[in-house]
Amino acid sequence: MADTLTRDQLLTAYRTMRTIREFEERVHKEFATGEIPGFVHLYAGEEASAAGVCLNLDERDTIASTHRGHGHCIAKGVDVGGMMAEIYGRTTGSCHGKGGSMHIADLSKGMLGANGIVGGGPPLICGTALAAKLKGTGGVSVAFFGDGGSNQGTTLESMNLASVWNLPAIFVAENNGYAESTASTWSVATDNIADRAGAFGMPGVIVDGFDFFAVHEAAREAVARAREGGGPTLIEMKFTRYFGHFEGDQQTYRAQEVAHARAELDCLTRFAAQVTADGSLSAADLAAVDGAVAILIDKAVAEAKAAPLPAPADLLTDVYVRY
Amino acid sequence: MTDSGITSVAMPKWGLSMRSGKITDWVVAEGDPVAPGDDLADIETEKITGTLEADSPGLVRRLIATVGEDVPVGAAIALIAPPDVPDAVLDDLAARARAVIDAGLPEDDGAGPVVETVEAGGRKVSYAGAGDSGDVVLLVHGYGGDRNSWLFLQEPLAARHRVYALDLPGHGTSAKDVGDGSVDLLADAVLGVLDAVGSDRAHLVGHSLGGAVVLAAAARSPGRIASLTLFAPAGFGPSISAGYVRGFAAAQTRRELKPLVGQLFADEQLVTRQVVDDLLAYKRLDGVDAALAALAETLLDGDEQRIDSAAAVRALGEVVPVTVVWGSADRIIPAEQASSVAAVAPGAAVRVIDGAGHMPHMERPAEAQAAVEETIARAG
Amino acid sequence: MPRNLTYREALNEALAQEMERDPSVIVMGEDNAGGEGAPGEDDAWGGVLGVTKGLYHKFPGRVLDTPISESAFIGAAIGAATAGLRPVAELMFVDFMGVCFDQIFNQAAKFRYMFGGKAVTPVVIRTMYGAGLRAAAQHSQALYPVFTHIPGLKVVVPATPYDAKGLLIAAIRDNDPVIFFEHKALYDLTGPVPEESYTLPFGEANVVREGSDVTIVTLGRMVHTSLAAADELAASGVSCEVVDLRTTSPLDEDTILESVENTGRLVVVDEATPRCSIATDISALAASRAFGALRAPIGMVTAPHTPVPFSAALEDQYIPDAQRIVNAVKPVAEWRR
Repeated sequence: MADTLTRDQLLTAYRTMRTIREFEERVHKEFATGEIPGFVHLYAGEEASAAGVCLNLDERDTIASTHRGHGHCIAKGVDVGGMMAEIYGRTTGSCHGKGGSMHIADLSKGMLGANGIVGGGPPLICGTALAAKLKGTGGVSVAFFGDGGSNQGTTLESMNLASVWNLPAIFVAENNGYAESTASTWSVATDNIADRAGAFGMPGVIVDGFDFFAVHEAAREAVARAREGGGPTLIEMKFTRYFGHFEGDQQTYRAQEVAHARAELDCLTRFAAQVTADGSLSAADLAAVDGAVAILIDKAVAEAKAAPLPAPADLLTDVYVRY
Repeated sequence: MTDSGITSVAMPKWGLSMRSGKITDWVVAEGDPVAPGDDLADIETEKITGTLEADSPGLVRRLIATVGEDVPVGAAIALIAPPDVPDAVLDDLAARARAVIDAGLPEDDGAGPVVETVEAGGRKVSYAGAGDSGDVVLLVHGYGGDRNSWLFLQEPLAARHRVYALDLPGHGTSAKDVGDGSVDLLADAVLGVLDAVGSDRAHLVGHSLGGAVVLAAAARSPGRIASLTLFAPAGFGPSISAGYVRGFAAAQTRRELKPLVGQLFADEQLVTRQVVDDLLAYKRLDGVDAALAALAETLLDGDEQRIDSAAAVRALGEVVPVTVVWGSADRIIPAEQASSVAAVAPGAAVRVIDGAGHMPHMERPAEAQAAVEETIARAG
Repeated sequence: MPRNLTYREALNEALAQEMERDPSVIVMGEDNAGGEGAPGEDDAWGGVLGVTKGLYHKFPGRVLDTPISESAFIGAAIGAATAGLRPVAELMFVDFMGVCFDQIFNQAAKFRYMFGGKAVTPVVIRTMYGAGLRAAAQHSQALYPVFTHIPGLKVVVPATPYDAKGLLIAAIRDNDPVIFFEHKALYDLTGPVPEESYTLPFGEANVVREGSDVTIVTLGRMVHTSLAAADELAASGVSCEVVDLRTTSPLDEDTILESVENTGRLVVVDEATPRCSIATDISALAASRAFGALRAPIGMVTAPHTPVPFSAALEDQYIPDAQRIVNAVKPVAEWRR
């Protein structure tokens, strides 16, 4: 599978996942100092999903995300420095400090935003998919949501509408086993979220979310189907999140699966093992990426900490285009 | 006036679509003597308020209509007669007139004024006519106006002429695209309407910018034009209220528009809510902003007038009778420019109406009408 | 004189003219065409009360029927707006706001602000409101106060055919999310409407009747009821000035305050229920910004704090009528310390 991707693509894939991992690990550390305001919800462990899906997308395409959105933002090309500054509430942030972790967006990159409302994304994605279809751009739209969001009425309505309108949409259910503190095995009535696909008139696929190549392939098929007018697909990723629902969550509801996952299932470790085993990339290639990413994250944090806060007048700006 | 000397004063028809009016105030009382030109009553219509003037002398013997009631156009509202006419005769007439008013408005037969359109210079131009005999008279409004600017004149003139009023491009219900906004382009519309009504000999009446436009049309087609009556025409001097012109184009709200519109009249009371509402509704039509901006550039060179109408007048020579009418209290284009018109057209008749503003055809309709009739008569 | 159209026809003409002018304008909603997937006629309804009739055939592919999934299709309209379309979506009865309100107030209303000024969401959501058709509690409410409360939304409530066409064209051209309220009892109201396209600005109230004794501030269907009350009051010597808000967000504070400064007496007439309403909003505005001019307590005429009843006998009591307005204005007009 590694040999269907070019060297550049493999490097991009690795860099994306590594950037997400280091970004989240660093935010985890910095959050503990008390300097980061509000809530953050970290994506560490799930990188292969964002990276594998987004490597199939281009500038015509739009994604919508969840409160656990940093990974999707990075994979869709949102500026890392801007993201970090936004998390710190600085005026240099992607949203000028007005949105924060849960609302990071960059419409110029087709990133319709992290979303503080569970299930907020899928209806919006039906809209961007409709726009692409009516304008004939060939673009597709991807709604990322969690196992919690998979039960939200908005998600189910959106899947139905996407089929009824035959939209170029992809629904990606990131099943990390928990909706807040509630196990998905309990809250989702079917064994798999993907089992719902047929009920909404679309194909459903289950993917090992730790396996970048499996994700990439499933997404490739779904994107092709959508671009060719074949309508929506539901992809269910199965994996685990390494951190709590939010930073500060004691996670007493969990078993010890994180340690096992980090040790045995980790997407970055597996990717590295695979590409070095088949010679597509070298250990040096990967180390170079690791080094560059470390510098990038350090810079982002340092600049965020030093950046100015929004001015008081910014409180009242940008409510309307023109009132 | 009847043989017995009784004059029945009727609810006037102001504008082609007027069907009824309301007296808001009787200026005279029973027993008052009146001379021609005296104010009789303030009347309010859907479109405007105005003052009805007496056109013959006598004694006000009966006031028939009361303040505030709807009176159909044409119904008798007062009787003027000499003192020797017996009361019984007047009571009888008054009772019958009263019955007409009490009967209310006739059913709307839906036959309002017929608005025609013609394609002139590739643009749709609207116009409406009244009167079915006599010479063709074409009334051309000014900047920001429309064919209804002539509402006090069109019907009375229609008694003896075929009277048309058009909407210039960018105005009324004509196409709002004014191209380069030039006087020549506007003159195309005038000539186009003359073609449409099949006229090869017409009397042109123009107000303000419309005055420059009719002059341009006449200069292009002098054989077709029988006479010119110009009300405060543009193009006869540098002075103009650039603030008014630009302000009118830029105004977006009633608050901004009302004081500007007030500047058009000597008596700002003439600016009713309806007048401002109608102007606001016009300005909000698609394309009007762009049209007025282009026309403002046609009218203005900095803060002075850009148009030179003198050249058109000279080109006409002495052949065509010209009358220029100006309100002495005109705040938009000063009345002294009337003498500039006379300077380039020595045969021109000049009438300055004392106390009128920039809209003498609305402020002093009886005198305006007389000026037009007199010009038409001079054309023979 | 422009020709007369009904309120419904004026809306239809606004949609048709804008769809003609701008290919990015699309229409969607339940039965906005009607007959989708069914063997009989296409465009069978043109909207439940016919507002969108004819657009389906005139603009192929741009009038979309939807399943009964408000959160999905209202959300889709909003998402499509961020992606370069100008959707006019219909929330058939505003009473249904509960099943899609998140997309409206948490997503559309907040994108521009949350994303630091980088989002533009030019969506129009048309919706029916108001009592009087015996449609009962879940199909008769006047919920514009709830939307007015949300920063980031604009709220439009036209009272006449002329206003309806000009405000809907303005709403479609507006780059912010606009919620457009149509009183279901006004669809057959006729009035003069110019054939050409035109816009009315938001945040400009219309003084529909000038007066000197009492200011009546009102909106929507209640404008007509208030004018009828004003006629009656004039006969007893009370001269009322009637101000039609046209839009509640933005609100034309200047016109309201100017009128209250002139008359010194204010009665607000609003069909919505009284708590946290337009009536209380306008009253607070006048009390805080025109206090010196007020010569009497402010009066409010509203529906009672109840759901809308079904039985005609009760619904007719529920809706403010001219008599109730007269009864509220008289004491305000006569009030002396």
